[in-house]
Amino acid sequence: MNPYLPHTAEDVRAMLDAIGLPDVEALFNDIPRAVRERYRPVGLPARDELAVQRHVIGLAEHSAGRRLIPFLGGGLYDHYIPPVVGHVLSRSEFSTAYTPYQAELSQGTLTWMFEFQTMICELAGMEVANASMYDGATALAEAVLMAHRTVGGKVVLAPRSLLPHLREVVATYAWGAGLALHEVPYGEDGRLALGQIPAGTCALIVQQPNGFGILEDLTGLKDCLDKAFLIAYVNPIPLAVIEPPGSFGADVIVGEGQPLGNPLSFGGPLLGFFATRMAHLRRMPGRVSGQTQDVEGRLGYVMTFQTREQHIRREGATSNICTNSALCALAATVYLAALGPNGLRRVALLCYERAHALAERITSLPGYCLAFEGLFFHEFVVRCPDPEGAVAKLRRAGIAVLPPDVLAPMGVRDGFLVAVTEKRTEGELDRFAAALEGR
Amino acid sequence: MSTIYDRGAPGRRAVALPPLTKTEQEILGAIPAGLRRREGPRLPEVSQPDLVRHYTALSRKNYGVDTGFYPLGSCTMKHNPKLHEDLARHPGFADLHPLLPVEECQGALALLWEMGECLKGIAGMPGITLQPAAGAHGELTGMLLLKRWLEDRGELGVRTKILLPDSAHGTNPASAAMAGFSVVSLPSDQRGMVDVEALKRALGPDVAGIMLTVPNTLGIFEEDILTVTELVHDAGGLCYFDGANLNAYLGRARPGDMGADVFHINLHKTFSTPHGGGGPGAGPVTVSASLLPYLPVPDIVREGARFKLVWDRPKSIGRVHPYYGNVLVIVRALAYILTLGDEGLREASAGAVLAANYLKAKLKGAYRLPYDRLAKHEFVLSGEGVGEGVRTFDIAKRLMDYGFHPPTIYFPLIVREALMIEPTETEPKEVLDAFAEAMLRIAAEAREHPELLREAPHATPVRRLDEARAVREPRLRLDLGCVG
Repeated sequence: MNPYLPHTAEDVRAMLDAIGLPDVEALFNDIPRAVRERYRPVGLPARDELAVQRHVIGLAEHSAGRRLIPFLGGGLYDHYIPPVVGHVLSRSEFSTAYTPYQAELSQGTLTWMFEFQTMICELAGMEVANASMYDGATALAEAVLMAHRTVGGKVVLAPRSLLPHLREVVATYAWGAGLALHEVPYGEDGRLALGQIPAGTCALIVQQPNGFGILEDLTGLKDCLDKAFLIAYVNPIPLAVIEPPGSFGADVIVGEGQPLGNPLSFGGPLLGFFATRMAHLRRMPGRVSGQTQDVEGRLGYVMTFQTREQHIRREGATSNICTNSALCALAATVYLAALGPNGLRRVALLCYERAHALAERITSLPGYCLAFEGLFFHEFVVRCPDPEGAVAKLRRAGIAVLPPDVLAPMGVRDGFLVAVTEKRTEGELDRFAAALEGR
Repeated sequence: MSTIYDRGAPGRRAVALPPLTKTEQEILGAIPAGLRRREGPRLPEVSQPDLVRHYTALSRKNYGVDTGFYPLGSCTMKHNPKLHEDLARHPGFADLHPLLPVEECQGALALLWEMGECLKGIAGMPGITLQPAAGAHGELTGMLLLKRWLEDRGELGVRTKILLPDSAHGTNPASAAMAGFSVVSLPSDQRGMVDVEALKRALGPDVAGIMLTVPNTLGIFEEDILTVTELVHDAGGLCYFDGANLNAYLGRARPGDMGADVFHINLHKTFSTPHGGGGPGAGPVTVSASLLPYLPVPDIVREGARFKLVWDRPKSIGRVHPYYGNVLVIVRALAYILTLGDEGLREASAGAVLAANYLKAKLKGAYRLPYDRLAKHEFVLSGEGVGEGVRTFDIAKRLMDYGFHPPTIYFPLIVREALMIEPTETEPKEVLDAFAEAMLRIAAEAREHPELLREAPHATPVRRLDEARAVREPRLRLDLGCVG
């Protein structure tokens, strides 16, 4: 029945004889009889590969959204993934390996982790990065916990313009650690309007670009904070052309690495990245690969600074994270290597150019305008009298944008969010504008 | 080991991208100078052949389940079926945005719902969340559920302790601490099981619950499990079950029948999804009726033939994941469960436990076996006394010369010089025999030529690496010359 079991009847007999047991059931005599008697099967028959394939592909094809043209963002973006990324990932020496605890058999993993750390530091303008977190949201939550551990204080300032699902994950973690989230309002331009810093603040979160797609000006923010951490949650694509928060004194930079060579995946697996200053290294969560030498003086890599981690420090660890998003980090590494500095800049500028071209077309239609005047990058909020109706018109034209209610927790009730990547063509932009116009 | 930065030359590229309509300067000119990046990120500049050869070369310096036997204890490195890889890449999952309206993603929601039903059945528990992205994330979720439960009963700040057997999984203490609990270690008894008398002494009005690993990290089933969970419940606490070792009793026993209130499942262990060199995994959590109101939102609910997201759970702990969990991992694991069915799952645990006990029988003459009991899916040997000046570390490194990945070493902490061996059910007997043969030869070498072990490995891409130096002189990123 189990197609992955290689043991023949003779094998089983020989193994039982070596153990000295009469039958397989005797292997389970240590499970209390009462427990075994309560067992009930799920009611699942065994199926052949073809039947499983039909069933699962049937479900995959049942989601109508896959046939729509996506202008969807809100934290995850439909970027072009060069096929070379998938081909590298399909090397199963990478994908079927465990965590590189045994360095001599894991130089492949440890080397690309080191490359990944280097590339993330370069993008973020930081000194040290870990080898990945589950996703951007939990990376942000862990950054908040790290700020609290480092500077004390139980108040976390989070912008109202922070994407709701990020806020919700941070709120869950913060509650677990006994911290309180305070909201920072935004101004008419959609940008952060920081007022007085409350006593006991351990961190200010900024999102760059923010939940409306607008670029924040980080100048002077760190100066307002005293010891408290400036934590920047960034989209890595705009960082190709936008000054990284590291230059503005950010203590930690985290973000969602999905735009770097990883598919949308219905929201998971994703890729959290985490970068900070060397001074904070020992408080950083997550695994790190470090360069060293072997006994013959050859360069090699090991997992290092493990005394921060749960398997050594136990309840005193910087985090409980163990399994992370390694293979997604490899995808990001290969993606960044494939594009190089010029390719990444091209992707960023294509996104910017096309987003602004679409915004221009939309705002030239009567009744449509941008919700905020602040400069956006590749995502923007369209304000109109009937956002639900507009989204429905787009849907009829085969175009998907996020449901307007995504914006409600950020205080916008008369608009919808539009994201544009380098994958969207001129023809698709025309179709978008035409659909709104009712042509 | 050279990095990708050692390859290529300025101006090389591996991908042809679309052209811009305007010039770069025109576009960048619209961005205020203060926001515009002054110096670009230094990334590799390589051609596609450069790129492919570099990563192919790196892959050959790695060892995966597809390379060979990987008896890493508590990690369940079983075969990763290839059908599942293709299914997970299907654009109907891979290219689907999670914030699409529910009517646009019914297929994906149906799959998640179906997985939830399967896992609830396997666990014998009525509630589930698929959100946790890994085992430790599931543990944290479970601890937060306990915290909300206490808050709801007005016992937060009263019940502050989590009991933790010294044979529990390594992530457990850190997970409890992240949810604000303090940790009290519980000793094991001579059988390698929870010491019931010590448990009775530790229980009291300040205990929130216990985190149990079943079977524990010695590979021993807690034979008093019903007594243990009853004692904890009677004292007003809840029972967390760490499911990393579910492969030991799949299809034969259910945590819900043993008194579990929270149970996390590592899909990347028991349910065959590849570990990816350290992730991604998935750590769904099932709960008993007492914790249902606190599960993360949104809940995926079926109404006739439709699936919807339910947010109206006022007592929920909130989100632990920004979306629905690691969906592509769940796709693979569901395909595995559907292929095997109840009977196949039961056969998996039989094969795993048979293999573990077989290896134990073959090796216990040559290595010290601190707890000589029926093993479940794994067992723990000690490298102590195997040879003059030889440590478990040396045995592990020597195994590499024989072409095997070493077992988990120095865990659990309660066995000195521990070697934790988990063969899984997907290895044929001849591989188990070859591994046992290598272990026996190494034991002989340890007596006759201990230097062979102390200097191992000899046949790997690099030899023994200097871990102290990596800490003393931290080099955690490539030095690309003066920065900025």
